[in-house]
Amino acid sequence: MADWEMTDNTLLQIRNVSKCYSGLGESRAVLRDVSLDLQAGKSIALTGESGSGKSTLLHLVGALDYYDSGEIKIAGTNLTNLNDSARSELRRNTVSLVFQQFNLVPSLNVAQNISLHARLANRVDQTWITSLTSRLGLTELSDRYPEQLSGGQQQRVAIGRALAVRPKLLLADEPTGNLDEVTSTAVMDLMLNLVHESGAALFLVTHSVQVANQLDRRVHLSAGKIA
Amino acid sequence: MKRAALGALLSHWWRHPLQLITLLTGLALATGLWSAVQAINGEAKASYNLATSEIGARQNETLVPKTGFIPLSRYVELRRSGWRLSPVLEGRWPQNTGSLRLIGVDLLSHPTFSNMVENSDSESSFSLDALSSQEQLFLNPKTLEQLTVHVDLPPIVQSDQIPIDVALGDISLVERLLQRPGQITRMIILPEQPLGLHPLEDLAPELQRQSYDAGQMSRLTDSFHLNLTAFGLLSFAVGLFIVHGSVSLGIEQRRGLFRTLRAMGVPLHLLTVLLLCELLLIAIVAGSAGLVLGYLIAAALLPDVSATLSGLYGATVEGSLNLRPGWLISGIAMAVVGTLIASTQAITNIYKMPLLATPGLQARAQAASSQQYGMAVLGLALMAFGTASMLVFDGLIAGFALLAGMMLGTALMLPLLLSWVLTLGLRNARSALGEWIWADMRAQLPGISLALMALLLALATNIGVGTMVSSFRLTFLGWMDQRLSAELYVTAKDEDQAQKLVLWLTRRDITVLPIRWSEVPFHGTKLRIYGVQDDPTYREKWPMLQVQNGAWDRVSNGTAVMINEQLARRRNLWPGDDLNLTPSWKMTVVGVYSDYGNPHEQAIVTLPVLLRHADNVPNLRFGLRLPPSGVQNLIKEIQQESDFEGITMVDQNDLKARSLAVFDRTFVVTGALNLLTLGVAGFAILTSLLTLWNMRLPQLAPIWALGITRRQLAWLELWRSLALAALTALLALPLGLLLAWLLLSVINVEAFGWKLPMYIFPLDWLRLLVMALVAAAIAAAIPARKLALIKPSELLKVFAHER
Repeated sequence: MADWEMTDNTLLQIRNVSKCYSGLGESRAVLRDVSLDLQAGKSIALTGESGSGKSTLLHLVGALDYYDSGEIKIAGTNLTNLNDSARSELRRNTVSLVFQQFNLVPSLNVAQNISLHARLANRVDQTWITSLTSRLGLTELSDRYPEQLSGGQQQRVAIGRALAVRPKLLLADEPTGNLDEVTSTAVMDLMLNLVHESGAALFLVTHSVQVANQLDRRVHLSAGKIA
Repeated sequence: MKRAALGALLSHWWRHPLQLITLLTGLALATGLWSAVQAINGEAKASYNLATSEIGARQNETLVPKTGFIPLSRYVELRRSGWRLSPVLEGRWPQNTGSLRLIGVDLLSHPTFSNMVENSDSESSFSLDALSSQEQLFLNPKTLEQLTVHVDLPPIVQSDQIPIDVALGDISLVERLLQRPGQITRMIILPEQPLGLHPLEDLAPELQRQSYDAGQMSRLTDSFHLNLTAFGLLSFAVGLFIVHGSVSLGIEQRRGLFRTLRAMGVPLHLLTVLLLCELLLIAIVAGSAGLVLGYLIAAALLPDVSATLSGLYGATVEGSLNLRPGWLISGIAMAVVGTLIASTQAITNIYKMPLLATPGLQARAQAASSQQYGMAVLGLALMAFGTASMLVFDGLIAGFALLAGMMLGTALMLPLLLSWVLTLGLRNARSALGEWIWADMRAQLPGISLALMALLLALATNIGVGTMVSSFRLTFLGWMDQRLSAELYVTAKDEDQAQKLVLWLTRRDITVLPIRWSEVPFHGTKLRIYGVQDDPTYREKWPMLQVQNGAWDRVSNGTAVMINEQLARRRNLWPGDDLNLTPSWKMTVVGVYSDYGNPHEQAIVTLPVLLRHADNVPNLRFGLRLPPSGVQNLIKEIQQESDFEGITMVDQNDLKARSLAVFDRTFVVTGALNLLTLGVAGFAILTSLLTLWNMRLPQLAPIWALGITRRQLAWLELWRSLALAALTALLALPLGLLLAWLLLSVINVEAFGWKLPMYIFPLDWLRLLVMALVAAAIAAAIPARKLALIKPSELLKVFAHER
């Protein structure tokens, strides 16, 4: 057992996590003994150069990938020995993700995309979803399909989908990486407000110092280590 | 969660209706062709069962004579000794088209008919009143329509329960009609017998017990149905390529959705189960549509199949189709199993799909490249297995094993062979664009190789079966010229009239060749022995395959026999061997003649010898030799003679035309299945190209950006598909010829009892190549058109990483 204890308010605890990728006969360490905490309702920005391990850490926290050593706990659940079903349940009920490339379902319209995660988790709060849709400025676009939307609109749908389920932890991987500066600022402002309103914690990976500065805390990752 | 996830999965089809239609159509076609063949086979087998169970009562053990017939007195003796037996007299009435089987039974003791009486109502044709009259003949209404027996018929009772081409009556009536008083063909041993009887072997040593032989017709026709089944299976397999293409497309396009759903907490096993549910639903819907399609195809083809079975085997199959529950269930089951087989790879890929990343086209192409070697090794193994089976097994099994091994083996080797050709092209490319085209074709190959394999199988089958049919037709035409050497064939209505006719013709210096035959029991079946009158017609024209010197002289002096190819091959009898025509009648075989279209074994002896050994040799039919110009006049003269009323006449040309029509009709089914299979293969290419289209934009956009117009790219797309189809067709040619050789020299010998020379028809191949290219061009036209008209913004999205 690691020499750390969760405080009542700690939502995410990462302790001594390491991760290597193997390929072409050699092993490359991507993360080395990374440790950090995130309290409920707070936000953290993870910055770093390309290849520093930011996205890998986010994927590990999202139970999308497996670490080699160390431990990650989310809301008291240790990810180390979770099987696929338990990891899926965690993603369904506790964690939400926003990707750089939106990952909307092309065959579902805006309204269906927004409510998808909530329906999967059997936690549809229609009042909250309607309010969310309105706040995101998507009410008029409810019947449109992703291919009919601009990049900024698509990312707003993705944010709406992630928050509709009222997650405890929102993971965002370069959510504004594909957007221009103006759109990026607008989307970030909106996301931070809504995250704050929903009471979720935010774990955000970004290149942008400007975006990182908007969050409660900033952590810099360099060559797989927290600098 | 399940509902929401299933809804998200199914929403894909809602947004891609054409793709759904393609998938449903592919599966419906596959199921349809398979079900059609099964429906035809089922109908034929039901007809055989009707023929054997209701009328022949062959489910009971019977007593048959070792030679000749059973005298009525023997029946009476056995009955007196306590044995419960039912007598049967069976014979044939010649008809214009074939002959009518006349069966005489003791209506009240016959096991099947006594049951029919018990189960019939008073209105039924099998009521006791009807049966108690011994002067009635029972016939199927369809038989009655075509009846051309020129004797005074007793009252007819029509019944659907009587098979076609069979007439049934009381034994006393039938012995009068067949002019065989006091004769019995066989006796049915009734199931319940008193205890303490003397063994039949002691009481009647000249008789032998014969067990249930309902399979006789089935055995004869099994090979034909096996051929049809093989065709159905091939069509089904080709159809599955479409299903594979469509399912792969559906899965490929939804990779992002799967990742998103997984990221939102849908467990992998649930996702897999939901996909399987989706496929099951599709299989049931498409399978049902396939059953409707199969029913329609079967209904359209059944009359031709019926003609084929009648022409080749003398088997009667009703022309109407009945819905059977087993057929419905097996059709749906095939659709479900086929869908699962075709989807296994795609589902497995999803199960193994990494949650975070997906390999690109090139990576998949590299993975497929190693698979190509594995497939080629498997292909070689199958070919070796097929070849080895020829050494281990006999006959039809070996033939089909070799055929399946060669076909599947070559198909599995196709991707590697094409890959080598494309690599060769790449090495020799001079321009940058040329290099890209070859490299791109090679990258595209794994995606389209399944469809090309389907095309290869369809083309090879077309070439093989087409060569077989055309070779057969050519041989058949030559054979007819030899075999139907008489200018006119006549049939008298009775023997008195026949004698008068022969006298009348002889006075006019017309050579009359009697056509007389008798049937004897032979290895559990019947051997038809013709008695011929020595004549130069036979010596000069009879279609001999193998003959000894002075053969006709030896036949003529009564010491030798000629046999047909079917008899020679089935019993392995060749010139110089002895043949026991009956236990007491042995002759030396001096010649083997071809006898296409005849399902039965046959022998020819000189007429006096036949008359010495056999009773009941009707003298009603004759072949007449006269100058062709005099045929029409002779017909008119015979028609004008009052003594010759009722004589039927068929001139040689008419008979040849009729035979050729029957021949052509026989292969209508094969031709239809051939064409349908090719159509299905074309459809498979279309679905594959549409599948690839989804993955090709990232490959095409950079080339477009480098200055190749969309129109040029579209043309290149078209030419690429044509080139791949042409390469496949090139490989299909030797495979098709091998298939033709196997059909002609191995399968046909086993299935029909004759071997045929192989001819080649290059013009047919050219036509087929054009058809294949047209099919490939049509299939490629849709993606090519999409490419020509694609908006630049769509291509730009590739660079914007928004895809």
